[in-house]
Amino acid sequence: MQTLKFILSRFLQAIFALFCIITLTFFLARLAPGSPFTEEKSVPEHLKEAMARQYGFDKSLPVQYVTYLGNLMKGDLGPSFGNKGFSVNEIISQSWPVSVVLGLVGLLIALALGVPVGLVAAAKRNQMPDYTLMTLAMIGICLPTFVIAPLLGETLGSKLGWFDVAAWEGSNAWLLGALTLGLYYSAYIARLTRGSMLDILNQDFIRTALAKGVSPISILFKHAFRGGISPVVSYLGPALASLIGGSFVVETVFGLPGLGQHFIKAASNRDYWLINGTVIVYASLVLTLNFLVDIAQVWLDPRLRSHS
Amino acid sequence: MSLLPRHSETIEKGTSLGRDAWLRLKKNKLAMMSFWFIIFITAACVLFPAFPGFPDPNKTHLVLKSQGPFSSGVSAEGEKVFFLLGSDHLGHDIFSRIIHGGRVSLMVGLIATAVSLTIGLIYGAVAGFIGGRTDSVMMRIVDILYALPFFITVIILTTYFGNHLWLLFVCIGAVEWLTMARIVRAQVQSLSKQEFIEAARSLGLSKWRIIFRHLIPNTLGPVIVYTTLTVPAVMRLEAILSFLGLGVQPPNASWGSLIKEGADRMASDPYLLIFPAIVFGLTLFALNFLGDGLRDALDPKSSKD
Repeated sequence: MQTLKFILSRFLQAIFALFCIITLTFFLARLAPGSPFTEEKSVPEHLKEAMARQYGFDKSLPVQYVTYLGNLMKGDLGPSFGNKGFSVNEIISQSWPVSVVLGLVGLLIALALGVPVGLVAAAKRNQMPDYTLMTLAMIGICLPTFVIAPLLGETLGSKLGWFDVAAWEGSNAWLLGALTLGLYYSAYIARLTRGSMLDILNQDFIRTALAKGVSPISILFKHAFRGGISPVVSYLGPALASLIGGSFVVETVFGLPGLGQHFIKAASNRDYWLINGTVIVYASLVLTLNFLVDIAQVWLDPRLRSHS
Repeated sequence: MSLLPRHSETIEKGTSLGRDAWLRLKKNKLAMMSFWFIIFITAACVLFPAFPGFPDPNKTHLVLKSQGPFSSGVSAEGEKVFFLLGSDHLGHDIFSRIIHGGRVSLMVGLIATAVSLTIGLIYGAVAGFIGGRTDSVMMRIVDILYALPFFITVIILTTYFGNHLWLLFVCIGAVEWLTMARIVRAQVQSLSKQEFIEAARSLGLSKWRIIFRHLIPNTLGPVIVYTTLTVPAVMRLEAILSFLGLGVQPPNASWGSLIKEGADRMASDPYLLIFPAIVFGLTLFALNFLGDGLRDALDPKSSKD
């Protein structure tokens, strides 16, 4: 019952957060200087006004806001000014899968690589494997995605020919992109795993287990892992949010037709509804992941069940 | 009294904590090397352009395009030109551009961090000290902002409110304060239950005085550590923005935009990517190691690991 209440309250919080974000982006977009029609200098003034009327910009802001929310409830994200004849829904549904696959596969690679590395480093703390792995991880953190991406593209793509970096359709360039993202975040996750595992391994109950003669492997996986992995799980939400920045870079380098390209163009063209649509979609993804992380956290840490 | 002199006072005069930390940091060779490296890079970026004869970063030599490192030649005006680290497709001197780009990148690191530090410190301290409903509303707001993909927010802010460099600093700082606020709040919460705050309260000091004179100075340990880790994060963010063409505008350069230009011509002139990437990578490396070293020095418990 307690758990259910906790989950429900987190769910409502997420919905409220999404609402705040929609409101924030709406007013940020509408109150910023500039208009989506300033690009077209040749258009006479009265035509511009007509265009503004057609999109409802002549009405007062609160009216526009309510109209936008109403359309949103129906699942309509509005038209795109920059891409004539396309609705935001169409643009997002075309490019969204690319970005999602890129981000989620990247996150999976990061976990699959980072957690084992962190575990080994923690188990062999202050020994050679620990130093080597942690120095590697530090290098990984310091070499930003936009250095790794061209380097990987050149070596694995052009030189070795493992990846087809020239095209998106039917090519495996996205895998290279996901690998780039994954390598970078695996370094973070490795450091995080090592740190939190060490916190746990220094506690009394681990010493007790050792004194009782439990094997080190069993201590690492049965006793320490569940607690030690918890900070990594809660990092996943923020990781995904910052992965988006990286995925923009990766999309640029490998020419992947994801949301990033559209978003950057939309922001400089004041393509309001496309910007808001992108933010809403991304924020929903991050919020969903945060929500799932909260639930996973309750399952991982029994103390949360009674306290919440 | 402002915060800054207080802080340097604790380190120089040495309350036992500051002195202890400095001694422990001195023993950490990697952290000290990083420390001196950062001093060196900063000094180079600040001082080198002042030397007479230092090449102009924005001067183009169209007859001397894409020269390799250590090459010299004669420019169209008949002057002798020497490229220490080569030149790019417009005949810009890369060494000079790296130094000037470093000014921008380091300045972003400093100013954006200062902005995020200021917001985070005050926000976190107020929330933690007042507590109760105010605290929970303030921290809910932080939670909501966490869900906002901050990278997207920076893009929106920079494109909407102009591409000016100062705005870039403020925008990055304005999205990077969340974690700082959380750290400070947690610190302040545990501090405000201690006796010396109780004493300050019973002496009738005002809330603001307690926050600024008694609480914030005592949170400095974790704050310093997190600040050193924010600097590289902020520099990375600026570099990504410049890489995407949203940060520093040509002909000006930052390390991010230089890496972008290098990446575009990697196949023909790899040195254009390699040199800026090495300088940028080493600087981030040093900042991160210094941050780690400071954490171990200021928190002796964690250094036992």
